[in-house]
Amino acid sequence: MIPEIGHFSLILALLVSLVLGSFPIIGAARGNTVWMGLAKPLASVQFILIAFAFLCLVYAFAYMDYSVLYVANNSNSKLPLQFRIAAVWGGHEGSLLLWALILSIWTLAVSLFSKHIPDDMRARILGVMGLVSVGFLLFMLMVSNPFERLIPAALDGRDLNPLLQDPGMIFHPPMLYMGYVGFSVAFAFSIAALLGGQLDAAWARWSRPWTILAWIFLTVGIMAGSNWAYYELGWGGWWFWDAVENASFMPWLVGTALIHSLAVTEKRGSFKAWTVLLAICAFSLSLLGTFLVRSGVLTSVHAFATDPRRGIFILAFLVVVIGGSLLLFAWRASTVGRGGKFDVVSRESFLLANNVLLAVAALSVLLGTLYPLFLDALNLGKISVGPPYFDAVFAPLMAPAIFLMGIGPIARWKEAALPELAMRLRWAFGISIATAVILPLMLGNFTPMIGFGLFLAFWVFATSAELVYQRLGKSDLPLMGRIKANSRSWWGMVIAHLGIAVFVLGVTIVKGFESEIAVKMLPGDVAHLAGYDFTFDGVMDTHGPNYEVSRGQIHVTKNGVLRTILEPEKRLYTVTNMPMTEAGISPHIIHDLYASLGEPLEGGAWSVRIYHKPMVEWIWFGCLMMAFGGFLALADKRYRLKKRAPSKEAKSSKEATI
Amino acid sequence: MTLTRIIRFIAILCLLQSVSLWAQEAQPLQTNATVEVQVERLSTQLRCLVCQNQTIADSHAELAQDLKQEIREMATKGMTDQAIIDYLVSRYGDFVRYKPPFNPATSLLWLGPFGLLLAGGIGLFVMLRRRQKMTTDAPLSADEARKVSELLK
Repeated sequence: MIPEIGHFSLILALLVSLVLGSFPIIGAARGNTVWMGLAKPLASVQFILIAFAFLCLVYAFAYMDYSVLYVANNSNSKLPLQFRIAAVWGGHEGSLLLWALILSIWTLAVSLFSKHIPDDMRARILGVMGLVSVGFLLFMLMVSNPFERLIPAALDGRDLNPLLQDPGMIFHPPMLYMGYVGFSVAFAFSIAALLGGQLDAAWARWSRPWTILAWIFLTVGIMAGSNWAYYELGWGGWWFWDAVENASFMPWLVGTALIHSLAVTEKRGSFKAWTVLLAICAFSLSLLGTFLVRSGVLTSVHAFATDPRRGIFILAFLVVVIGGSLLLFAWRASTVGRGGKFDVVSRESFLLANNVLLAVAALSVLLGTLYPLFLDALNLGKISVGPPYFDAVFAPLMAPAIFLMGIGPIARWKEAALPELAMRLRWAFGISIATAVILPLMLGNFTPMIGFGLFLAFWVFATSAELVYQRLGKSDLPLMGRIKANSRSWWGMVIAHLGIAVFVLGVTIVKGFESEIAVKMLPGDVAHLAGYDFTFDGVMDTHGPNYEVSRGQIHVTKNGVLRTILEPEKRLYTVTNMPMTEAGISPHIIHDLYASLGEPLEGGAWSVRIYHKPMVEWIWFGCLMMAFGGFLALADKRYRLKKRAPSKEAKSSKEATI
Repeated sequence: MTLTRIIRFIAILCLLQSVSLWAQEAQPLQTNATVEVQVERLSTQLRCLVCQNQTIADSHAELAQDLKQEIREMATKGMTDQAIIDYLVSRYGDFVRYKPPFNPATSLLWLGPFGLLLAGGIGLFVMLRRRQKMTTDAPLSADEARKVSELLK
């Protein structure tokens, strides 16, 4: 009964979102305040209905209702409760429901925190979000219903993919989706602006915090996914250029361009059309990513053909959303105006150049991700596009972007002088070149790639130092006062940029200096790597809730002093009969020691791989710094909702009229 | 750290001395180190054909292990990277290599990014030139500025 109620709730939600997607937008066009006023309450109702449907599915998972097809396919009675709940988004149908739920959360949030936005604008924004919701709910109800019954019911479920039975599964997808779907707000703001013909600095100021918030979620989500892969896949990689990763990375690249472009639109009134285009692209890529990952098209183009209804719906939906918004853009972009004049050498042009690089990088990733699908669909052969391609294409695009990142914040708006910039940056340049040459030689391994990576990282460190010194140095205030004299969003920018540098440093060092050994170990055997002695203590067989586990123990000493114990595991999930590795990692700011257990060999020996990964944690710490920078920017005073004061005024004026 | 782990930690500390008495060197899985470097390098560029999307270096699948062994044998015979890849491509097709070859079908893939960069660069240049020649500098008109400050109040 509960699944039927959930299903019914989804149908009601569809009806609500249909009204939300039509009446407020028409009302805004006609100046009908009653119709516009519908948007806010409908956003709440939509949220309640979808959240209720979602809870119904959670209930079906938690109470193991295997008469629901989706539950039977993605869960099992031996699966621990936290994973049974996370299994709600473990498959296609449930992740669509999570998507719709998160969209309704964002819609609700916009309706609650938009008191300062004019009524017609708000009505349009919520209406556009309602239309997106219509698409997703229709898709679910027509071809991907998570509540579909299985009659007769299964005795037990087929279990969640063991790869997903990890704490990472609980946080990573919701975070990522918060980011993906969060760009729908920026998208809705843009479409609303195009519809209303109102696109100015105020518009940029309203949409900026929403975009930054979505970007923060996406950053943290991608970081969590990368970290998860690092310890789950058992060989210490952290980025694979897998299509699934690319699907989340493309919106991130465009979203990053978008938050910079929005900054210019707010401060200088320029880049308006470009900002709108980026917002449309960021959301389009989010949609594309969701469907790429979830439709099965990546495994094989022919998976599309096994259920053509799904494929056709997806294509139609993408065409309507992306094509429709681009058409609207082409039709209305000329009305938004061009903004202020600026010189070829100016902060605007540096930012624009960076935007172009980020956009080209995103398109290149898209090209590499979709190309094999196109070739296959056209019967031109099967190829694989992997890390060698993406590294070759991506690095040359990002290097100049990071270089420009050092200059942009120092250059003046409107008109900057190259000689003056060169004067101010000569120290930073000298320091970063010197570091790039000397540091690798000191560490004993110089290659052009290491040198170049270090140069970029220290270039950003040094230019940021110069920037902070210039802002803080020339003042009589005490230090705290000087720090506070600069806005939080400025500090956010500095910290996020430093995060990029920390990230680049981590990547360069770990790629340049990591080492590994593969050994055969009997209990008591010692292996040596990077000055550490790894002693194998043996393997203990035990079992988890739904898996058998062989847990190895390796104690690590340096000069006879015990440093840490690594416990790599090899698990066999009994329901699906799938082996999984769980690496034993000792994370540290300087380096990670990483061990993974291979196969048992004859005579009680095991094959063991041991890795020394210097500064690998800096990669994720850099991402966290970027996200923290975003938070600081959000906390900026000018985004504080000044709703109290105006609403009080409004009230008193109302009372006065009465 | 849980109590049991602390106890285990201490126990190991105590055992350390005695352990070192009978500790012996772990043997590398493969004896020929230079061949192993080549095998590692190659297996990170080749696809495990039966897996979702994994290199044969990462995959635990049987086929990946077999392929790795095959590469090891070829490497031991002194074949170059290119010769080994050519052989595998002739057997399994281009699908096996993560670095697609450059041919008419993939030309767009390899040249696309640089074409995009060129187009972006030209677009940027044209746009900047046009901006520079703009005579009026009116980010906001007085009326707009008033509206903005009103809206942001």
